[in-house]
Amino acid sequence: MSANFFYTIEVIANGLMTGVMYSLVALGFVLIFKASGVFNYAQGVMALFAAMTLVGIQSGQVPFAHLINVIFGTHLDKFGWEVPTFIAIILALLVMIGFAFIVERYILKHLVNQDPIILFMATIGLAYFMEGFGDLMWGSEIKKLDVGLPQGGNVWLESATAGWADGFYGFYLDNLDMWATAIAIVLVASLIAFSNYTKTGRALRAVADDNQAALSVGISLRTIWVIVWSLAGFVALVAGIMWGAKSGVQFSLSLIALKALPVLMLGGFTSIPGAIVGGMIIGVGEKLFEFAIGPYIGGATENWFAYVLALLFLVFRPQGLFGEKIIERV
Amino acid sequence: MKLTKLATFAVTAVMAASPVLADLVFPALSYRTGPYAANGIPFADGYADYFTLVNERDGGIGGLPAQVLECETGYNTEKGVECYESTKGEGALVYQPLSTGITYQLIPKATADGIPIHSMGYGRTSAANGDVFGNVFNYPANYWNGASIAINHLLEINGGDLSGKSISLVYHNSAYGKEPIRTLEVLSEKHGYDLTLQPVDHPGQEQKSQWLQIRRERPDYVIMWGWGVMNTVAIQEAVNIRFPMENFIGIWWSGSENDVIPAGVGANGYKSLTFHGVGDGYPVYDDIQKYVVDTGKTAGAGDQIGTVIYNRGMYAAMLAVEAVKTAQAIHGVADITPAMMRDGMEALEMSEEKMASLGLPNFGPAFSVSCENHGGPGLGAVAQWDAEAGSWNMISEYGPSDMDVIQALIDDDSAAYAAENNIESQCN
Repeated sequence: MSANFFYTIEVIANGLMTGVMYSLVALGFVLIFKASGVFNYAQGVMALFAAMTLVGIQSGQVPFAHLINVIFGTHLDKFGWEVPTFIAIILALLVMIGFAFIVERYILKHLVNQDPIILFMATIGLAYFMEGFGDLMWGSEIKKLDVGLPQGGNVWLESATAGWADGFYGFYLDNLDMWATAIAIVLVASLIAFSNYTKTGRALRAVADDNQAALSVGISLRTIWVIVWSLAGFVALVAGIMWGAKSGVQFSLSLIALKALPVLMLGGFTSIPGAIVGGMIIGVGEKLFEFAIGPYIGGATENWFAYVLALLFLVFRPQGLFGEKIIERV
Repeated sequence: MKLTKLATFAVTAVMAASPVLADLVFPALSYRTGPYAANGIPFADGYADYFTLVNERDGGIGGLPAQVLECETGYNTEKGVECYESTKGEGALVYQPLSTGITYQLIPKATADGIPIHSMGYGRTSAANGDVFGNVFNYPANYWNGASIAINHLLEINGGDLSGKSISLVYHNSAYGKEPIRTLEVLSEKHGYDLTLQPVDHPGQEQKSQWLQIRRERPDYVIMWGWGVMNTVAIQEAVNIRFPMENFIGIWWSGSENDVIPAGVGANGYKSLTFHGVGDGYPVYDDIQKYVVDTGKTAGAGDQIGTVIYNRGMYAAMLAVEAVKTAQAIHGVADITPAMMRDGMEALEMSEEKMASLGLPNFGPAFSVSCENHGGPGLGAVAQWDAEAGSWNMISEYGPSDMDVIQALIDDDSAAYAAENNIESQCN
């Protein structure tokens, strides 16, 4: 077989893994949309904020140091200690849970029974607030994120497959992408198990099906919202870690939400497996298109191709591959 | 009564916020927020801190204090134009738009208003032709100089012969990123190397396809024209595929600490072009410490001093100050107008002696500006990242770019602009 054949396999494998990285971001959107019908515009910023918080805690950074220094004339920067990664992740998760409480208490509670567009606009405001708040709290410099995950091409795989064809240098798979895939599988399995086999999970699904009916049987909408936003915060933290490890923790992390949109359009806004499958289709589709067609039309096709692919699916399945069909009786 | 007090307070506040008429005003179109804030902050800090230094140490420029009017653009072109409109009436002497997009929008506006623009190492490259762009300056180097300096560096390490070599250009898929393509294509015809193009869409968070292709094609060298997260990801991906970092060269906007630190030790050996010095080993930093930092007058947190982008902001301010001094000498007045500032910029001479006297020996190339040449001689150097020391080191002197090729490109592009806009010769 020719080197081109193996390189095509390589592109597909890398596309699948990149797609899983997109799915990690899309999952947060799905969780919140499923439970409350809200498209959370702030999901990308949540990933950024979670990653900033993790690095800040890990490196012993004093929160709001710049603000404190300006007001009190101090020279605070670091506490002088470093927090082990696992504990830092737990603390960052607690911050995201605290954030969920604040969002429910100060935003969602006041918008009960409002149109989805109002809630969507509230999340836009939340995104802008968090961007500024994150900068104020942790500073806007680019931070290196190291949680101990290996990064770089897998040397063993590369050397074991090198020479399978003339001009083939061996398969390239990024160790970090492989870890991200494994983590995403565990995450999705956990979320599905939580949703199907726990009382809280069933309550969550009940709210998603019909919040009025759920309320009438004693399910607290406010508690469910806190749980859902906490879960979305957890997913944002995982996405922030994976993407932050690739690019450093910087403002642009918030823009990864743009890569999640075609995934959601394709997989459906209400399906957890849909987010994963949608991500993988987008990942493979855009990488293969760039590999096969890109060179003939100037390259840089991935961003728009993802949306074109999603739009094509929308023509045939407006609810996405796994989304629930919305039937409104008149 | 309350209303009267409120009105009095408001008027007082507005008066206090406005610059004193005799101040020399330098608007700073900065971006301390948004996706590119990590680079916008050190530039804004360096720009403002140098003016503070001049005020505190020298009592201003020619006896008049300098005032920096900072306006937040978020690196957004529309906001940049708004900032221009809101500050131009404050006695603005020169604009440093700090964005190629904003520069393009401001060129016709500032030209009509008679306010000079200094787009240092960015913006419209053909603005180097002062005969067409009378109000725009882009000294000491522009993008096309950068492309040529990169090729010259590769020529130098290949014994002057690049025939048969392959070079891949990884670039931001925007007007900025496409700037070097024409120059590199012309130079490839001249030197015989193969050029392949790898566009990366904004913001550049995902570059797997591009780097898989580089891994497959194995070019001898990669040149990068990136910005923001694109730089960080590209360097990380290059590390991942074990591309030799000493064969990877970025333009000056792809060569800050922010770009290499996230990749850790793997980024060791990465090279970047530069048109100014790196690090804080210059006497001027002692003055900045004494007059700006120790007095608590830094524009930012004071933690960016000596970084690449801080140095660039400081260098831009230093060139503005020297142009003011030149304008004051030409016109014999301290309180200069934007038109006089333009004259000062056009007559600017930066000699090695002058830079040494400013505490910046060999910080930038020696150059002079003329009516025809607003871009300077196009000199540049190469710096290399030492990951262990966490610092950039200059590995070359300021060398020339291939002006035979570049001047022809500048003349073509500026002639087309002049024809489109009915611009007559500015120098005759």
